Amino acid sequence: MSEQTPVKEAPANPPTELEKRFPGAVKRDERAGYEGHIVEVAKLHEVAAAIRDEMGYDFLSSVTAVDYYSEAPEGENFIEVVYHLYKSTGGGALVYRVQVPRDDAVVPSLVDLYPGADFQEREAWDLYGVKFEGHPDLRRILLWEGFAGHPMRKDWKEPYFEEDVKPFKNRWPEGQVYRIEDRNPVGKNVSYPQGFDPEGFQETDDPRMYESLERSSQDFVERIDTEQVVVNLGPQHPSTHGVFRMAVRMHGETIVGLKPVMGYLHRNHEQIGERNTWTMNMPFTDRLDYLSSMSNNFGYALAVEKLIGEKAAPPERAEYIRVIMAELTRISNHLWAIGFLLNDLGAFFTPALYAIEERELILDIFEATAGSRMMCNYFRFGGVARDLPEGILPKIKDLVTDRLPRKVEELDLYLSANELVRSRGEGVGVITPEEAIAFSAAGPVLRASGVPYDVRRADPYSIYDRFKFDVTVRQHGDVYDRYMIRIDEIYQSLSILRQALKDIPEGEIMNGKNPYQVRVPAGESYGRVEGPKGELGFYIVSTGKANPHRYHVRAPSFINLTILEKMCVGQKIADVVVNLGSIDIVLGEVDR
Amino acid sequence: MTEKTVTPTVNSAGYDVPPELRQSVAITTLDKIWNMGRRYSVWPMMFGLACCAIEMICTAASRYDLARFGMEVMRPSPRQSDLMIVSGTVTKKMIPQIVRLYNQMPEPKYVMAMGACASGGGPFKEGYNVVSGVDQYIPVDVYVPGCPPTPQALLHGLMKLQEKIDRESITKVRWYQKDEIPAIPVPILGPDIIDPRDNAAIREMASRKAAPAAPAAQPETAEAPAA
Repeated sequence: MSEQTPVKEAPANPPTELEKRFPGAVKRDERAGYEGHIVEVAKLHEVAAAIRDEMGYDFLSSVTAVDYYSEAPEGENFIEVVYHLYKSTGGGALVYRVQVPRDDAVVPSLVDLYPGADFQEREAWDLYGVKFEGHPDLRRILLWEGFAGHPMRKDWKEPYFEEDVKPFKNRWPEGQVYRIEDRNPVGKNVSYPQGFDPEGFQETDDPRMYESLERSSQDFVERIDTEQVVVNLGPQHPSTHGVFRMAVRMHGETIVGLKPVMGYLHRNHEQIGERNTWTMNMPFTDRLDYLSSMSNNFGYALAVEKLIGEKAAPPERAEYIRVIMAELTRISNHLWAIGFLLNDLGAFFTPALYAIEERELILDIFEATAGSRMMCNYFRFGGVARDLPEGILPKIKDLVTDRLPRKVEELDLYLSANELVRSRGEGVGVITPEEAIAFSAAGPVLRASGVPYDVRRADPYSIYDRFKFDVTVRQHGDVYDRYMIRIDEIYQSLSILRQALKDIPEGEIMNGKNPYQVRVPAGESYGRVEGPKGELGFYIVSTGKANPHRYHVRAPSFINLTILEKMCVGQKIADVVVNLGSIDIVLGEVDR
Repeated sequence: MTEKTVTPTVNSAGYDVPPELRQSVAITTLDKIWNMGRRYSVWPMMFGLACCAIEMICTAASRYDLARFGMEVMRPSPRQSDLMIVSGTVTKKMIPQIVRLYNQMPEPKYVMAMGACASGGGPFKEGYNVVSGVDQYIPVDVYVPGCPPTPQALLHGLMKLQEKIDRESITKVRWYQKDEIPAIPVPILGPDIIDPRDNAAIREMASRKAAPAAPAAQPETAEAPAA
């Protein structure tokens, strides 16, 4: 596993670079298993600006909060906001954090420095109740305005609460199963504040969202005196790729403001993840980006293995299997993305049918290996769950060397030069490289804007440093380039697959036995992989117990959406769905 | 169709058709004809919620080919569709829209809960934003197990729906009765999701709760140990 922390100096006393630069404002994080620095809350903005401008950490990968809560009064009681930053030229992470009291959690917002922090800060506000001072639009993002409480706080209990951690002890009291809903007075998954009267209750979520939409399109209103129309696309809309909603404010057909509304598939992945044991979370990661479950497995496995250390280093054969599966996933995901981008362009279902046909062949391989078409649950800490079945390697070889290249070329041939694809795609939704980095865009969206950043190359993990492949990059940053980059990536993945299939050794597939429970030492780790949608990161905090203390997913689809408004303003309404399709979101990952 | 199969399967109204007419005359019930038309043209709503939607799309695609059942016509509008396949986790934020869509569908309408989540909450049941089963709000005709159900499982569920349709009778089905079918009240996003049908129970529950932070589901038999 690669060492990802260039700023982590020797544990001796000499002050680190950051400590020298900001005496008093920054101090090293001394806790065992933690890296990075703790920044004074009051100085955060100043320090962050200097880190961005002087040290070149221009890519804010992840912002998240952690709740350190204990019922004992002398225990630690604070909320920590953790920032992971990278250089867009490659290299390891810079981590800094601020600590604020739980009852007065106010942190300066970094949206003006890193616009990509926008949604992530809103998420931290929504789930942890951390107020980001100076945030232009601090509304709830995954839940709705008016929801009682901030559910990720450790002292907030959900209506179906049974125990703090799994496995639950009382699953079968006296040999009889009970259903938790039978213990709720309403018989549903609900709880209300005391004295609440539902009669005549008014929703407040939509009005606040429309207010914010109007505010963001204010300057347009002042210049031109015409009536503007607000159109809602979604959450039930065939082109929003799931239950995603966009409120669009239009002048004629031109978009003057757009607010994404999400959370319609917010199924509390992180909260459930903190109740689960480490291993139990693996099948849940499948359901994040459900088009590429193997990649999600990969990211989570890496994060936990990093924390466990050498004991969980996967054997050689397992590493190869992992790479093969991850790259097959990338291909199947991109095939789907291309097919459905064409759907959005108006070529209804025909290109998608051809793409799905190839995807089915890849799913067959997954089914043979992992036992399930979509939800593979295949990776384990220190290897993979089971060996490749007999006869599957020739099948993969066949697919990779013959069928897929042929079929992708066919798609390329018929679609890429197509007049309609070009005229609907070229020059639409242009993102400059600076914008892409500032908005923390990742994956194909970033690379289509001319930034050759690929985690596999910039910060290699697993055995990716052994393979020859090009980091695909396109220069225009428009919809057409975001389409083309996926075709390019399929070719690169095929090339990696061919190399991996040539070199795959025989041998063990697990480091030791596949345990029922894993011991994860206390500390934190951030594991990231280049998922098909972009940089997929898992931030985990362990206290040495059987369950994660914090389990956060840096979801590329979610963060790539930050730039959607910028992409769409000034364009026509018909381009909105195309822009959205070119980002390639999966709602399971956006809302988690 | 051969003579043998015509008589027993279609002619089941109890009339004996003379042998010389059996090639050209069939006597059956109105129900049978009605149901046959209905079972082969169930138009699903193009409506995906989560992972299961992907398998639903795969079912509609070339390998599994939903068109064999006359169901390939996915309508994006609820006004034109007969079947709502609830394909995925139903969240509290989404349930008002689902109920609204259900109300907008014209009768006869069917609902299929596809997958564990739509049937009962699935792996995400305990989540604070998850509705444990769409049947808490709208009536469900067929449940399809699986996480996600494979296309084969979905097809099996659709065939079960066809069987259900076969058993209908136009004299008894509720949409041909005199009374108007009331719309289902749309839930409201309050401090938690509010089902207007439960208003009285909610008021009751909110008034008697002692500790505001304690969960409503805390059982009387305090088995749950402190952390």
